[in-house]
Amino acid sequence: MLAVDGVPTPEDLAQKIPPPERLARRPVVIAECFQPIPCDPCSHACPRQAIGPFKDINEIPQVDYEKCNGCGQCITRCPGLALFVVDLTYGENEALIKLPYEFLPLPEEGQEVAGVNRAGEKVCRARVVKVVKTEKMDKTAVIWLAVPKDLAMEVRHFAIK
Amino acid sequence: MRIEQHPILEFKRGKKVKFTFDGQEYEGYEGETIAAALHAAGIRIMRESPVLHRPRGLFCAIGNCSSCLMTVNGEPNVRICVEKLRPGMVVESQKGKGVIYAPGN
Amino acid sequence: MRQEISFVEIAVIGGGPAGLCAALEAANAGARVTLLDRQDRLGGQLIKQTHRFFGSQSHRASERGINIAAELTGQVMSHPHIEALTGATVFGFYEDGVLGVEREGKIFFIKPARIIVATGAAEKTLAFPNNDLPGIYGAGAVQTLVNVYGVLPGKRVLMVGAGNIGVIVTYQLLQAGMEVAAIVEAAPKIGAYWVHAAKVRRAGVPIYTSHTIGRAYGTRQVEGAVIWQIDEQGQPVPGTEKDLVVDTICLSVGLSPLVELLAQAGCRLVYVPQLGGHVPLRDASLQTTVPGVYVAGDAAGVEEASAAMMEGALAGLHAAYSLGYNQTGYEARRAELQQQLDSLRSGPVGEKIRSGLSRAMIG
Repeated sequence: MLAVDGVPTPEDLAQKIPPPERLARRPVVIAECFQPIPCDPCSHACPRQAIGPFKDINEIPQVDYEKCNGCGQCITRCPGLALFVVDLTYGENEALIKLPYEFLPLPEEGQEVAGVNRAGEKVCRARVVKVVKTEKMDKTAVIWLAVPKDLAMEVRHFAIK
Repeated sequence: MRIEQHPILEFKRGKKVKFTFDGQEYEGYEGETIAAALHAAGIRIMRESPVLHRPRGLFCAIGNCSSCLMTVNGEPNVRICVEKLRPGMVVESQKGKGVIYAPGN
Repeated sequence: MRQEISFVEIAVIGGGPAGLCAALEAANAGARVTLLDRQDRLGGQLIKQTHRFFGSQSHRASERGINIAAELTGQVMSHPHIEALTGATVFGFYEDGVLGVEREGKIFFIKPARIIVATGAAEKTLAFPNNDLPGIYGAGAVQTLVNVYGVLPGKRVLMVGAGNIGVIVTYQLLQAGMEVAAIVEAAPKIGAYWVHAAKVRRAGVPIYTSHTIGRAYGTRQVEGAVIWQIDEQGQPVPGTEKDLVVDTICLSVGLSPLVELLAQAGCRLVYVPQLGGHVPLRDASLQTTVPGVYVAGDAAGVEEASAAMMEGALAGLHAAYSLGYNQTGYEARRAELQQQLDSLRSGPVGEKIRSGLSRAMIG
């Protein structure tokens, strides 16, 4: 339970996941932000205005799944590192996750790593598809991770073996 | 232990300087606190408490708590968490309350 | 002994987020400001905050604290109306509102027309057996060693306290290469923002709520700690002891406002647990019960950096206005700053602050 151990329940997550039909169509951002706190940079970060707008900065972000195309520009703007792009169209058996990463060492593209879930448990093998780190991203890298499709809603981190 | 690579920060260190701690020579960087230089050398015990002679180290690292008092260049009760390292400093662990020196003695 | 007393318009004591913003706001209004900070650089606790800040654009959301510190410091250092004195400790608030200052071994006195006290807060400690062993630090202390000096205090740490500071510092220690064995939190719930907790959980750090540290142990330094679950009375639940092999323990159990100068000034203080301890009574313009003495930031009540910046700006605005500056722009700017500050406090997570502030407000 979030307030007790920092891990969202399936019920918490269900509210953040778009319908299967939308997931199957193209990439989309999952905003894993469950608590009304004074924070709104996500709503300013999207070039398509797919998040928000906020009438009150304490609102929980709502994503317009039709406007969102999963570009991931918002990922590095969230102070809580709570935005993840999920692409179920990536491959037949694989999904692509784009996640924020602020640790060293950075992985290499093509490297095999362990996919890690929200509780810090290794749940699968994953492959680093891309490492994006530019000046503008201000030290938050975005890692593109290929994971087994059925774990697309589980893997939110990785461990270099 | 010194951090060489950090995902967010770059550490700009001054020039290397030598100092002694309880008679042994160590190296640190000019401009860092004595506390930082000692920790970099793996030293975390700064002194002995006055009454029960218990080992004491740092607590607040910002000059508030008086946990880290050591004798520096003969002067006791120096808060080494805010005192900057200078070349040739003589740092000693303080046993008890320290001896206040009088100039000329 | 001949004493030098300089007269200044506005003295701001403390160069952290509140003091920096107070100085800038007052100086922009036209007042002459002397900013004093006892550290050798400005920025207060901001200089250690490697994480991105929350809030909205006006609160510099998504900018890292360290960059906000650099920005504000740069603005202060280059402002023609601000004299910034670092390494300057205000050690006394004397009769007639004279401040005693020590700097580089010399002592001098200043008599400001207005004083803004922005001295922040200090870390609390916790009572448990062997809590004085070397290797036990306040969370801020570890942040200083790690983020300012690039030195690791140890290899494996137990974090006590799952408020924002405890969880943020845990994340920073992971980034620096330390292992974190666990976070323990005596309350049944995590106090930190859930997104902060999520970051450390997926990095593999367990968070044990309704748990506390039973004791630390080690011959001359920390070698381990025993944690246990506590019941509703705070008593240990038998059979729940866990032995953790750690060489470092970090206490993040709250801050106490640093109000010594305000006490010396004769300001009426009130004990407000929600604000961290004794705080001065103040009115809507952040003026204490001593006319001409204002308070802002954590010294007014422990909150966080974004609020400190807004409060500092408000105190600076009011102090300058009371001296006759910015008569026309004052009301609009006051409303703008107040609205920004209120929006930070208006949500559910602001409940504690709002409740605390209601006990510290006069008029």
